[in-house]
Amino acid sequence: MTTHAPQAAQAVTLPTTLDEAVAALTAMPTSVPVAGGTDLMTAVNSGQLRPAALVGLNRISEIRGWQYQDGHALLGAGLTHARMGRPDFAALIPALAAAARAAGPPHIRNAGTLGGNIATAAPTGDSLPVLAALEATLIIAGPGGARREIPVSHLLAGVEMLRAGELIGYVRVPLLHAPQVFLKATGRTGPGRAVASVALVLDPARRGVRCAVGAIAPMPLRPLDAEHWVAQLIDWDNNRAIVPEALHAFGEYVAAACIPDPVPAEDGSVAPLPPAVLHLRRTVAALARRALGRALS
Amino acid sequence: MSNEAATATTGGPAADEAVPAPEPIPHGLGSSLPPADARAKTEGTFPYAADLWAEGLLWAAVLRSPHPHARIRSIDTTHARAMPGVRAVVTHEDVPGTPVHGRGRADRPVFASDVVRHHGEPIAAVAADHPDTARMAAAAVIVEYDVLDPVTDPEQAFEAEPLHPDGNLIRHIPLRHGDPEAVGEVIVEGLYRIGRQDPAPIGAEAGLAVPRPDGGVELYTASTDPHGDRDALAACYALEPERVKVVVTGVPGATADREDRAFQLPLGLLALKTGCPVKLTATREESFLGHTHRHPTLLRYRHHADAEGRLVKVEAQILLDAGAYADTSSDALAAAVAFACGPYVVPNAFIEGWAVRTNNPPSGHVRGEGAMQVCAAYEAQMDKLAKKLGIDPAELRLRNVMATGDVLPTGQTVTCPAPVAELLQAVRDFPLPPLPKDTPEEEWLLPGGPEGAGEPGAVRRGVGYGVGMVHMLGAEGADEVSTATVKVNNGVATVLCAAVETGQGFSTLARQIVQETLGVEEVHVAPVDTDQPPAGAGCRGRHTWVSGGAVERAAKMVRTQLLQPLAHKFGMSTELLQIADGKITSYDGVLSTTVAEAMDGKELWATAQCRPHPTEPLDGAGQGDAFVGMAFCAIRAVVDVDIELGSVRVVELAVAQDVGRVLNPAQLAARIEAGVTQGVGIALTENLRTPRGLIRHPDLTGYALPTALDAPDIRIVKLVEERDVVAPFGAKAVSAVPVVASPAAIASAVRAATGRPVNRLPIRPQAAVVNEQR
Repeated sequence: MTTHAPQAAQAVTLPTTLDEAVAALTAMPTSVPVAGGTDLMTAVNSGQLRPAALVGLNRISEIRGWQYQDGHALLGAGLTHARMGRPDFAALIPALAAAARAAGPPHIRNAGTLGGNIATAAPTGDSLPVLAALEATLIIAGPGGARREIPVSHLLAGVEMLRAGELIGYVRVPLLHAPQVFLKATGRTGPGRAVASVALVLDPARRGVRCAVGAIAPMPLRPLDAEHWVAQLIDWDNNRAIVPEALHAFGEYVAAACIPDPVPAEDGSVAPLPPAVLHLRRTVAALARRALGRALS
Repeated sequence: MSNEAATATTGGPAADEAVPAPEPIPHGLGSSLPPADARAKTEGTFPYAADLWAEGLLWAAVLRSPHPHARIRSIDTTHARAMPGVRAVVTHEDVPGTPVHGRGRADRPVFASDVVRHHGEPIAAVAADHPDTARMAAAAVIVEYDVLDPVTDPEQAFEAEPLHPDGNLIRHIPLRHGDPEAVGEVIVEGLYRIGRQDPAPIGAEAGLAVPRPDGGVELYTASTDPHGDRDALAACYALEPERVKVVVTGVPGATADREDRAFQLPLGLLALKTGCPVKLTATREESFLGHTHRHPTLLRYRHHADAEGRLVKVEAQILLDAGAYADTSSDALAAAVAFACGPYVVPNAFIEGWAVRTNNPPSGHVRGEGAMQVCAAYEAQMDKLAKKLGIDPAELRLRNVMATGDVLPTGQTVTCPAPVAELLQAVRDFPLPPLPKDTPEEEWLLPGGPEGAGEPGAVRRGVGYGVGMVHMLGAEGADEVSTATVKVNNGVATVLCAAVETGQGFSTLARQIVQETLGVEEVHVAPVDTDQPPAGAGCRGRHTWVSGGAVERAAKMVRTQLLQPLAHKFGMSTELLQIADGKITSYDGVLSTTVAEAMDGKELWATAQCRPHPTEPLDGAGQGDAFVGMAFCAIRAVVDVDIELGSVRVVELAVAQDVGRVLNPAQLAARIEAGVTQGVGIALTENLRTPRGLIRHPDLTGYALPTALDAPDIRIVKLVEERDVVAPFGAKAVSAVPVVASPAAIASAVRAATGRPVNRLPIRPQAAVVNEQR
């Protein structure tokens, strides 16, 4: 007996395939799936969550790697942050690798998974702005071998939800073969939760820039107007050149889009933003400017 | 110790290789003797209180107030009592003795009865056969509250309705020293705020209470003040102190008064009530809610100086937020007021200090309390003065530093060594670390960390100074005394002393003292319990001084007992005999015998006390010889600041410290590094936020301690060994003063890098941003 709650879950199932896991969840609707457990087990240990049963996902080898599929990478939801941080993965999807390396101390990165980061959907989840910028889609496994595909932003915004018995199986990410950047501002030099983060990817085939800002809102924010505007200013055929003033303006544009000015009162007066919010806006502007600068350099 | 060193050098795969001759095992004063428990602690086999077990034990849980200020209408425990597995539920009605306790002043209820005064105040406790049952039963205690408006701003505490029968003003010291009319040619002013640091011990509070057949109780816990805790427990249980025993287990980190009594009291009470052993292990959240924190402080300063930068007058107002209960706030205020001008010569000083009661979590002793807060403020003032006069900040400080013989604003003459100028010159003249552009790019660690957003073009470097001082031992007439017993039998010495090893290294030091005095290699330090005579709380460098002194005296008495017969035989006094390498030799080396032979199978015991010279309380004008001794430290900080994001990385801290005498070089370096790192936390990240009196994020993700990446390169540039004649061995306490000086030095460096005023600790990113558009 320990001070924590070992008997919190009455039953633990350890399936070896995705369909077995779905079946186990369907058979016992009160059970909770667990992969790395970095968020779930703290909730269990503090007594906030008392799952009747646990379905462990760590033995499902099919979701612990990745494969290629018509210009996309199909990432298993069980990929750990440590695995995503390695150089071979970084060559494939650099921004996701950078986010995975920044995601916390080594013991958390060794356990925490991509799927878990999406399912927890914490505002500070480091992989989320990257997935939003990449316009990734989720392949959801359902009962009876069913598969459906939804955009990651739909799940994060609550437009589409996971239904009973469903699991995130894979994450489909386009392979863009161009620079990608993930930048994160934290309160300390060591690992910490993001105050604000920016993911920025270039899509040279479509001559597009895609950017997402994390940690400042419940879900990653996409400054679409700023993306379109700045994509026109990039000289795509000439080494992706851009004038420095445009970088600066892009930062301000992104920041103003994510943290808008307050709505004027009826008499036309505008209350200034509180200092802390102004600082956050400046932080987002600096991150976006640096991210675009690094991607184009 | 000897077998430990043996296992460290032999065995393992490396044994096959050509092994250099094993290094001699260090021993005696001045050597880096490793701690006896280092190996067990490193390997994780060292038992802490949370590992204790007793047959048939019950688990305790404490119900805490969710409100910072509320009137309790009723407490209904019927549902909790009725739960299967619950063995006892206790509230204020079950406290048989004094209903209040407290470290400095007994003003804190064991359990809240009519009013709760802070978030997390204990209301009831439960013992049950399973920890989950206990927690659920605690949650099932129904408490009806009338929620009251909390007083969370210490400035409003003066005007607010009394939060406690003792009133809201805990202490006021109006210090008056010199000529109030004195005016300097240059005046600088500033308003400074210091946040709430939590001691955040790595091991959270835990304990096991075992009832005794005589109706008493034994408490196994990591207490740092076992006798003080025992007396408080006995008073609340209405038992004679002899029937309550506190047994000290391994202490998992203590930079403050550890093991809050609000944990111990319910634990022992439940053991007495149920007749069963009861165990409690606090969660991290409870730990944050339970123990005392560093005083958040508001400081207003006005420094007057002449055109050459010499201080003429200092005026200051210092307001400590004591939280809901007094605890040791009175001591913290005395230190804050006495050291309000720092280690500088100030002919005229007018300092008003207040410690006031609010509905914030209680503040108490955290090392360097009072002195740390004022250091951040007076060093900021020195920077302002330097800027205004156009003098180099280090030079300005050097024109003002105190030396032995100078007078503190309290009227006390500094009689101990005060080599402040030497310390400051040492850190100033130490070579600066290379700039990032001079080192390979892959070695850069920019603000924000290895995967952070730092950009070299936005990084500015700054250099700043912090000079600090603290007092050692209890102040203002506190009776400081420690008793130690030394026993020698069969070539093995044992030290019995109730001084708790909190990580400060007392048990290693005690072994070194006995090795030095008696020439015995194998020395053990017995575990501490309250059956031993008291030694005082493990803080303010007390044990190095008082308990170390007692151990030395006892060891010397044993030495005399050992040498007396021999001296008689040789026809000379015991002073002419030396003990070294297991041999007793006469001064001329002619006569010699082994220690074993001289012992002749006898067992030698001696007990001695050490009591430093008395001090006096500060009077109505803040005057008096209140301190036994003082220690000084100068730190130069080098920081890199990302001026767009406001992120700060401390690159290097160069430390010069006044240590009196180095007793254990490795341990001394470790203590300085630990203190400096705690200071990095105060300067940059550590602030327990309590909006409207409620503790936010009581966990180690929300409360950001410095990690290995946040800890800078710490260079111990100089240790000034000027022996303090009144201290045993001439040694000074070393742990607290780096905590005092390092936050001030870091703030000073950020000021230099950004040109911003930086008047608040921890430094918020928006305070370190340079906005070019402004």
